[in-house]
Amino acid sequence: MLSPSSGNTVIKSKLISRRMFLLTAAKAVVMVGIIGRLVSLQINERTKYKTLSDKNRFREWKLAPERGVIKDFFDKEIASNEQVYQVHLIPENSKDTEKLFVRLKTILNISDKKIFFLRRVISKQKPWEPIIVSDNITWSEFSRLNLFLHELEGVKPVVSVARTYPDNSSAHILGYVSQVSTKDLQNKKYLKDLHVPGMSIGKTGLERKLDEEIIGKIGFQRYEVNAYGKRVKQIQINEGQAGKSFKTTLDFEVQKFTKELLKDKAAAVCVMDIYNGDIVSLVSSPTFEPNEFVHGLEKKYWNSLLKDEKRPLTNKAISGLYPPGSTIKTLVALSALENGVIKPLDTFRCNGKIELYGEKFHCWEKDGHGIVNLRKGIQRSCDVYFYEVARKLGVDRLSVTAKKFGLGKKVLSGFVEERAGVVPNTKWKKKFIGQNWYLGETLHSGIGQGYFQSTPLQLCLMTAQIANGGFEIKPRIIFNQKNNKLRDYIKHKNENPNDPLPTDLLVSNFDLNPLFKNQEHINLIKDAMFSSSNEPGGTSYRHRWENKKFTFAGKTGSSQIKRFTEAQREAEVKQESLPYKDRDHALFVAYAPYNDPKYAISVLVEHGGSGGKTAAPIAKKIIKRVLERHELRQRVNNLLGEEV
Amino acid sequence: MYRARSIQSALSLKDKIFSIDYILVFSIFILGLVSILAMYSTDGGEFKYHTNSHVLRFFVFFVMFMVFSFIQIRFWHSQSYLIYILFFILLLGVKYFGLTSSGSKRWLDLYFMNLQPSELMKIGLILFLSKYYHRISIENINQLRYLFLPIVALIAPIILVATQPDLGTALLIAAGGLTVAWLAGVRIKFFTISGLAFLAILPIAVSFLKPYQKSRILTFLNPERDPLGAGYQIIQSKIAIGSGGLFGKGFLQGSQSYLDYLPEKHTDFIFTLFSEEFGFFGSLFILILYAIIVWRIVKIGNITRSNFGKLYCYSFATAFFIYVVVNMMMVLGLLPIVGSPLPIMSYGGSSMMAIMLGLGIVMSCKVYKDTPVN
Repeated sequence: MLSPSSGNTVIKSKLISRRMFLLTAAKAVVMVGIIGRLVSLQINERTKYKTLSDKNRFREWKLAPERGVIKDFFDKEIASNEQVYQVHLIPENSKDTEKLFVRLKTILNISDKKIFFLRRVISKQKPWEPIIVSDNITWSEFSRLNLFLHELEGVKPVVSVARTYPDNSSAHILGYVSQVSTKDLQNKKYLKDLHVPGMSIGKTGLERKLDEEIIGKIGFQRYEVNAYGKRVKQIQINEGQAGKSFKTTLDFEVQKFTKELLKDKAAAVCVMDIYNGDIVSLVSSPTFEPNEFVHGLEKKYWNSLLKDEKRPLTNKAISGLYPPGSTIKTLVALSALENGVIKPLDTFRCNGKIELYGEKFHCWEKDGHGIVNLRKGIQRSCDVYFYEVARKLGVDRLSVTAKKFGLGKKVLSGFVEERAGVVPNTKWKKKFIGQNWYLGETLHSGIGQGYFQSTPLQLCLMTAQIANGGFEIKPRIIFNQKNNKLRDYIKHKNENPNDPLPTDLLVSNFDLNPLFKNQEHINLIKDAMFSSSNEPGGTSYRHRWENKKFTFAGKTGSSQIKRFTEAQREAEVKQESLPYKDRDHALFVAYAPYNDPKYAISVLVEHGGSGGKTAAPIAKKIIKRVLERHELRQRVNNLLGEEV
Repeated sequence: MYRARSIQSALSLKDKIFSIDYILVFSIFILGLVSILAMYSTDGGEFKYHTNSHVLRFFVFFVMFMVFSFIQIRFWHSQSYLIYILFFILLLGVKYFGLTSSGSKRWLDLYFMNLQPSELMKIGLILFLSKYYHRISIENINQLRYLFLPIVALIAPIILVATQPDLGTALLIAAGGLTVAWLAGVRIKFFTISGLAFLAILPIAVSFLKPYQKSRILTFLNPERDPLGAGYQIIQSKIAIGSGGLFGKGFLQGSQSYLDYLPEKHTDFIFTLFSEEFGFFGSLFILILYAIIVWRIVKIGNITRSNFGKLYCYSFATAFFIYVVVNMMMVLGLLPIVGSPLPIMSYGGSSMMAIMLGLGIVMSCKVYKDTPVN
């Protein structure tokens, strides 16, 4: 203005304004860009970012649910829960875990090995995840821990529940629980969302079969956490749901009684209600201590279990396979009758042995039984008689009957350890062994040797189905009220086969499946079994009950481990003088009471020698015990019936 | 009526007070209050250290801004070179007496505050160049010998700041300086040439970058490269802003920030926090406030008679705009994390002081709009 170059100034001012206009335009573009970005983040993608923000914000800690309990028929808990005291440690809350371990060692009983293991766990997981230092400490340790808690930063005393078994008599059928392994996580789908550190799952037996339902629903605590993982506040808590409890058909008193009887023997017992298939007792001996598995097994104990030649870890009642021996003779006779191969009064002559194509087949009675008919054949368990019957019957027809009565297939469902066994026939041999069937093998099969393999449970089922008049039953171990009337139904059918059903049974609508063509044949077998146990000369005559209330009808058996050599046979070598491992397995099956059958039983004693000598006396005692408790059992059944 | 007087220095105090741009003052004040709210939220809903000192600084420097508004524009013009030199000396002082924090030396300990001269240099350079281009005639602007001084004035502080190291501030200082030169009429070809020269020395410059700076640039190009390391800030900032949605999570409810997922929430990421708690509309509100401030400054530039005033206002408006958008684009994941505060909103005394100084000079241009500077 006052300066000489005022025109110059004006030009310059215009230039500045022009350029500023350009800049302003550029600013508008940038502004639009920023608003666009805000729209994209806060409007278009807001759901995505909200989810991400919540994912940052919340973290969940899972809570192990309480496992359901397993009860026996009388509602006694046979697998229950107990309060346990545990020590947890949250590494991030502790300033110096090494120092802490040293301090803990003075208070608790923890080994260096365990500390080494814990260190590894700590290094693997996030510092805010709790680790379990010890999952079962004593009350005195627990109270000492609480006393010193102020100097144990990061340590958390926890009162929790864990599985406990009041008695080990049912260890095999109940199974045991133990820590989840990596393999379990891979194989069991239901564990996918269930995994909580320190949670136990069923590994064998019922615990495993029922695991999915008994384990319960997981709970969680949802916390708001900050960027360093520290919990800021609890947002939500879900206690989860305790697992379902189950009632079984087992009788805990009988279980304990049986376990005592089988002490020091490698043996198995199975007792079954012949009408509804309720398994009253299922014991395998020797047993193990299932409580040892709950809080981490000690290696020493585990090794001792593995080394024991009596195989305490195997449930012999359902996974032990044994040739059925002479107990199969009931089915051989039945099959022959049903197929019309023999008549009850047809006789054979037993001279102690027969010869077939130059091969000798011996009867257990060296001097022979003389003239033998069906009843005597079963009573005395005459091998020659059954060689002859089997030869006439043929293995294929025998196998049909054996399978019908429950041999050669799994009886229960959901037990991984259960085995099916073998009912041989010509096709089976061709397929699995690749050879043709020899007639001699038919003879061996006729006395339950050779390829025949069965479990004590299968033999018990077989006996039960004979005892109830030849009707199919489905063994069960989980209590179910449904089939309580089956007993009345079958009894009615047995006693008045041609009468119409009374109305209360008619509405029950059972799907009854007879396993016979002519029930008379079943009755013949039942009668022959009676004679075997209760008439002089019977193989278990010495161990009968005179009292009608307990009178049972049975069949002995011994399954050969090693064939006798001719020399041994000549020298009349006794089973007792053989080495333990070479002795026969002793078997005995029976039903009782004879005049009103209620239960079937099978007893197996590994390397017990003769069935009549070893297995029958055990069965005798158990039968008495079971029948004594029958009324009690009926009362429970009736009570439940009313409730329905 | 002011026209009638030849010299405005005779303005009465009343005239001066009336000539203040109240829309600008009001916008700045509102922004200051919003920044206090945000700071209060970063402290977890309590008046703690950050909030208290932010409140104090805002009011102290706001008063300074008002006081500076009444200082004659002639004074600012005449002292421009001196101010620049003073700030430059402070920058040199940092080099020798500076405080080192997280690997870089940026601050001078003044006992009552830690001063960051590089922030002041943002204003100093604009002042210097505005005066320089105001003085030389339009014919000389594009002559090489007249380009020498501006280049030296630009490069010298940038090198000092970049070697602190503080790349972000150095680039922002340069942006301000270049804006003045561009507005004054320096030909585009000079910018192109220097741009090409810059590109040519870029590989060499990269070799001087600290590893963390390289990592930041790489991370910007791909934030998921290292989600728990260098990319963490960008990712968490995007999550915070995105999860705010339309209306935000509510005041003091920004989970990303109060749970410490958000880094540097007091300073560079204050906009993220605000955006998380107040959503899209809150963000838009802030953007509009800044737009109003820039608009008012440009408007003051329009009515100022002197070319010094015009150059200064336009340049400062542009620089201010750049500071805002660089910070926002950074937290929105559109630019690498370079470390630039959001004017007025961010915690930091030097930044607040520099911005208020800049605004004070702008207001002085308004009050003394008709006064010739020389």
